[in-house]
Amino acid sequence: MILTTPLAAIGRSTLALLATIGRVTLFALSALSHILRPPFYPREFGTALLNIGWFSLPVVGLTAIFTGGALALQIYAGGQRFSAEAVVPQIVAIGMVRELGPVLVGLMIAARVTSSIAAEIATMKVTEQIDALVTLSTHPMKYLTAPRVLAAVITVPVLVGIGDIIGIWGGFLVGTGQLGFAPGTYIQNTWDFLETPDVVSSLVKGAVFGFIAAVMGCYHGMNSGRGAQGVGRATKSSVEAAAILILAANFLLTNMFFSS
Amino acid sequence: MIELREVHKGFGAKKVLQGVNLTIPRGESMVVIGGSGTGKSVLLKCVLGLMTPDAGTILLDGEDVARAERDAFLARFGMLFQGGALFDSLPVWQNVAFRLLRGSLARPRDEAREIAIEKLRRVGLKPDVADLFPAELSGGMQKRVGLARAIAAEPEIIFFDEPTTGLDPIMAGVINELIREIVVEMGATAMTITHDMSSVRAISDKVAMLHEGVIQWTGPVADLDASGDPYVAQFINGSADGPIEAVR
Repeated sequence: MILTTPLAAIGRSTLALLATIGRVTLFALSALSHILRPPFYPREFGTALLNIGWFSLPVVGLTAIFTGGALALQIYAGGQRFSAEAVVPQIVAIGMVRELGPVLVGLMIAARVTSSIAAEIATMKVTEQIDALVTLSTHPMKYLTAPRVLAAVITVPVLVGIGDIIGIWGGFLVGTGQLGFAPGTYIQNTWDFLETPDVVSSLVKGAVFGFIAAVMGCYHGMNSGRGAQGVGRATKSSVEAAAILILAANFLLTNMFFSS
Repeated sequence: MIELREVHKGFGAKKVLQGVNLTIPRGESMVVIGGSGTGKSVLLKCVLGLMTPDAGTILLDGEDVARAERDAFLARFGMLFQGGALFDSLPVWQNVAFRLLRGSLARPRDEAREIAIEKLRRVGLKPDVADLFPAELSGGMQKRVGLARAIAAEPEIIFFDEPTTGLDPIMAGVINELIREIVVEMGATAMTITHDMSSVRAISDKVAMLHEGVIQWTGPVADLDASGDPYVAQFINGSADGPIEAVR
């Protein structure tokens, strides 16, 4: 009995984890199918585009510019140890575009958008607004989930692209203003070193991270518990799940694009 | 019109509905009474398809609602939720006209707004409320907007979930009167769940009492006081002594 109790606990946890993975997967597939099938809600889609894309620009821009600047300083300081200070433009570019741009934008979207989606939908659930939608012949997956997921898949790659550019610009400002690089040389080195797969991987990561962020917000919101505590728990769980899945997906995508 | 046969619903070990049988004829206003936690809301949600019964059959005009085409089925219903359940992100008129702005009942935006303002007027609200957001309204006004939304598409059947909860006695009386007037005027079939006896007397043609998962008693509202049923007597008198345990 003493020996089987921990095993039973492990078994229960494993089954619960598998069940959750199954539910999330089915939810994500359902979201995709509702994106493709009418009716469509263009007004809700437009609002989601604004909320996820436009209103995230300031936070994405500020995150990227400070990260790009700090990255330039770190590479310069580290590079000095083996006389490789000159690689600052190239490493800032590759670091921002391949990794830091998509990951930081993904995490900022998880913090800003996933939490907001989860809290909004969870509140709708506990105040019976989702039941009201159903009685008004409106499918909650179509009205709430599909527009948000589609908007995130479209706007997050754009945000990543903008974040990449602003991050590189942050590195440029520090490189030319503080580290003594010539502006023309800095831009030329950045441009020469970046390749198409770097940019493509960045944008693909953005689309995947956007999908994860929106699906996690919607899933946890729709499955929220009762009351204020339920809304709080749904919001927290959505951000945790989105952040972890974004980092895991980043590893898999990096492996897929660059392991060879 | 609506018929429930041996409807069961449980959540884990807790059996909420344990064989509910109830018939609501067309054009009649049925009020289901019962204590808190007796499954009144669950019963209503099972009829609407918001919850699936574990067993039993729910028929609408003789057709099993589980097999009915969802959109056509729901288009026949209007529902006033306990807390109003208004959509925070939409102004009042879009809440009222929600069904008229999308789906099979969609109309031009101007026409939908006109209808919404007319329905707001019907529930005693001025047109200038139309552009406010739900958070800017009092509880009583939110109930009225919820009522306007429930009747906006002129449904055949209207459900009212605790229509007077959280309202002062005067506002509760106003809402009760409105519900009665609207149901009679539209000739709608109504099902109300409540534990407010003033609502019961104002709204109902017939009353059903739900207790321990079954319909304990049903009959015309005129027979309520002389029902002879100890459960009904205890409930309508609000007595702590009787067959219904005070601590549940």
